[in-house]
Amino acid sequence: MAKYSLKVNGKSVDVDVDPNTPMLWVLRDHLQLVGTKYGCGIAQCGSCTIHLGNAAVRSCQLPVAVVGSQEITTIEGLSEKGDHPVQQAWLEHDVPQCGYCQAGQIMSAAALLKNNPSPSDADIDAVMDGNICRCGTYVRIKQAIKTAAKTQSA
Amino acid sequence: MTKIQTQYNRRSFIKISAAAGGGMLIGFSWLNGCKPNAPEMAEGLPLPEEWYEINGYIKIGDTGLVTIYSPNPEIGQNVRTSMPMIVAEELDVPWDHVVVEQAPLNTGFYQNQFAGGSLSIRLSWNALRMAGATGRRMLLEAAAKEWRVNVADLSASEGVITEINGDRSVTYGEIASKAVGIEVPKEVELKEPKDFKLIGTSQKNVDGKKIVTGEPLFGLDFHREGMKLAMIAHAPAFGMTVGDFNEAEIKAMPGVDDAFVIDTSINEPGMFDEKGFHQLIAIVGDSTWPLMQAKKALRVKWQTTGELESTALHKKRLADALEKGQVQESRRDGNPDAAFRKAAKVIERTYNCPFIAHNTLEPMNFFAHVTADGAELIGPTQTPEALEGSVAKMLNMPIENITVNMTRIGGGFGRRLYVHFGLEAAAISKKIGGPVKLIYTREDDMSQGTYRPTYSSVYKAGLDENNNLIAFSVRGAGLPEGPVFPNRFPAGAVENYSAEKIMAPTNVTTGAWRAPRSNFTAGAEQSFLDEVAELAGKDPIDFRLELFDRAIKDPVGGEYDYDAERYAGVLKMVKEKSNWGTPMPGVHRGVAAYFCHSTYVAEVFDMVMENGNPVIQKVWCAVDCGIVVNPDGAVNMIQGGVVDGIGHAMYSQLTFENGSPREMNFDTYKLIRHSQAPREIEVFFVENEIAPTGLGEPGLPPAMGALANAMYKATGVRYYDQPFMGMERQVLG
Repeated sequence: MAKYSLKVNGKSVDVDVDPNTPMLWVLRDHLQLVGTKYGCGIAQCGSCTIHLGNAAVRSCQLPVAVVGSQEITTIEGLSEKGDHPVQQAWLEHDVPQCGYCQAGQIMSAAALLKNNPSPSDADIDAVMDGNICRCGTYVRIKQAIKTAAKTQSA
Repeated sequence: MTKIQTQYNRRSFIKISAAAGGGMLIGFSWLNGCKPNAPEMAEGLPLPEEWYEINGYIKIGDTGLVTIYSPNPEIGQNVRTSMPMIVAEELDVPWDHVVVEQAPLNTGFYQNQFAGGSLSIRLSWNALRMAGATGRRMLLEAAAKEWRVNVADLSASEGVITEINGDRSVTYGEIASKAVGIEVPKEVELKEPKDFKLIGTSQKNVDGKKIVTGEPLFGLDFHREGMKLAMIAHAPAFGMTVGDFNEAEIKAMPGVDDAFVIDTSINEPGMFDEKGFHQLIAIVGDSTWPLMQAKKALRVKWQTTGELESTALHKKRLADALEKGQVQESRRDGNPDAAFRKAAKVIERTYNCPFIAHNTLEPMNFFAHVTADGAELIGPTQTPEALEGSVAKMLNMPIENITVNMTRIGGGFGRRLYVHFGLEAAAISKKIGGPVKLIYTREDDMSQGTYRPTYSSVYKAGLDENNNLIAFSVRGAGLPEGPVFPNRFPAGAVENYSAEKIMAPTNVTTGAWRAPRSNFTAGAEQSFLDEVAELAGKDPIDFRLELFDRAIKDPVGGEYDYDAERYAGVLKMVKEKSNWGTPMPGVHRGVAAYFCHSTYVAEVFDMVMENGNPVIQKVWCAVDCGIVVNPDGAVNMIQGGVVDGIGHAMYSQLTFENGSPREMNFDTYKLIRHSQAPREIEVFFVENEIAPTGLGEPGLPPAMGALANAMYKATGVRYYDQPFMGMERQVLG
């Protein structure tokens, strides 16, 4: 066990866990931030996507020991009022079915738009292919990302 | 005006205290951090101080806020929006005055509280309308009594009761307290479909905001103060069970409280009970990661108790079954053997598909708290009633002492019809004497499945010299159940017809996977008919329409299972909407239609070749599900079904070696991803006033056939064996 001071959603938090513990389980079990989901544990499904600085990362493969002072943002901290352009676009297109993967999809999409404000279809596919939606809402997700891109550039 | 008999034994509206959270049904606001729906759902309406409840579906607050209880499990089919919409329509309240709560399992009141067979809306249509209409009638009676007029002198609309020839009006919120003591009417009037104001309008998912902000909604998110976490290990192969394990070593690991073997076997198991792994090793602790490490450190002397099967063995068993297996069900019209002998052209093709796993993205999990007096179960289940019954058996406890509450469910597809994970949580809770949440790893989930069976079907058709279909036969085998529906299309449409459904054994556990049997048979049959139409030199849509024409005008043999007019109707609609028959250079088109779960769906796939890859440019869908309750939600379901159908036809398979699935996670088990989904899916609904049927399953089956037929046009290759492209190649969107 070891003590870590982390910056999560703009707040400083302390945890005492095994250094190998993935951030996914630090968030879910120790910080009660359960919006970040477990789907596969091997970085194949994208349900656990969070932001480390500006980059989208799979938190199931991110040991707490390597985070250091880097800012972590989870779905709960993406916006104060749930009104990030990507979240709004998701509501406008009524994207979710079961909804389980959507936090990960939204975090991937938000990072994509931060780095590439007007992505092509191929750009969207390249980034979003890491996020599985078992219900098959892919067509709506793509539409929502395009809507969010327009909102952000307006 | 349709009149309907009510079936309530409750006498009246009752006043319930807001201080207690709003009443008996709302007493399970248990999710950590779960906030009331009110702020985003009912802007401008303050939270009530008093609530008045009528019948388990409806609670009206003194401010006009209305709570509607959604009875069925929500697995992504959006019934938490569409079922309350039906109540709100007949109650006649503005939708933005409504908040939705999940009802607990209550077999004494609700009926059909399960999510399966695309049945939620179909089976509850009348009950939901009755609930709303009863509430509306009682509020009208309360106002009539108050004003000393007749109910006939009043009208109710949008949550307001108005005197028809007078000036008085009162809101539902204002009159609700006066409805206490009004008896439930024996009979109520329902609206005519043409008068619907809410049904038929698109309303957004009532949980949308919570989903996009990551609020705790799912079973895996459930938290109870003082609860433990648990993980299980089952034997690594079907045909094996638990033996001694390094118990002391595991118990000594950091973060592990306890480790032991549980047994979840019960007497007289039902169809949703576990058939494979009853003895499991359970490991209990406070957090997930240490439990995962403990699972890896397990050293178990697994015992072999049965045959360790392989994919090669499964293929052989299917081939043997097709040759000489036990026929479960069959149909025979005319004399197919004689007709095949005299046919000018005969074509025979064999279609195969592998076992596949459900792979709901939220792995199996459940919360249980078993005490001497009772058991509380909370989590993602499609069949709360079956779970309650099986837990009662396992714990040897009266059913009344068990409660089941449903969380939002991170995908169902049939997987959560099966209740073993709830029983496992209860067995662990009983052993440790406290509350516990069981969590499966992805590998646990994929290797303890209730898989879609592996199937093999042989289709044969005979054409006469004028290219009329005079003989058709299908012989289909499956492990452990055949995929054939003997009375479905083209039964009734072909003079000489034979269908045989054949079974063969396996100890791999199987179950209902989204559109059971149809999920294979539609693709096989619709691909085959495409090939038969080609052999006959006919357009594939016209060829099918000819057959439906025969089934309508001069049906062959006994009853068949479909309405040929509605079946032909969706084909005609998709033909018109997609401009079928108009040459589109570079676009390769495939069509399929299928009827299952009481809904008719026809699909056209437009495929283009880009850089040597087939790309699905657009999918056109025509759907007849009767009245469409929530159109945009309905479109979402069909779109999802199409994507799911493509994914599983193209990429997914579970193979076996020495009794173990080789694929245990998404690195080797391939699911469809963004770049492989169609670029556009447009959905059209037949407009009629037929009582609504379900949409959870029917969009999927035809996609497999339309995909195969479009790929043939694009590549010149017919695809007979799923997955069409395995792990190596792909179709892009």
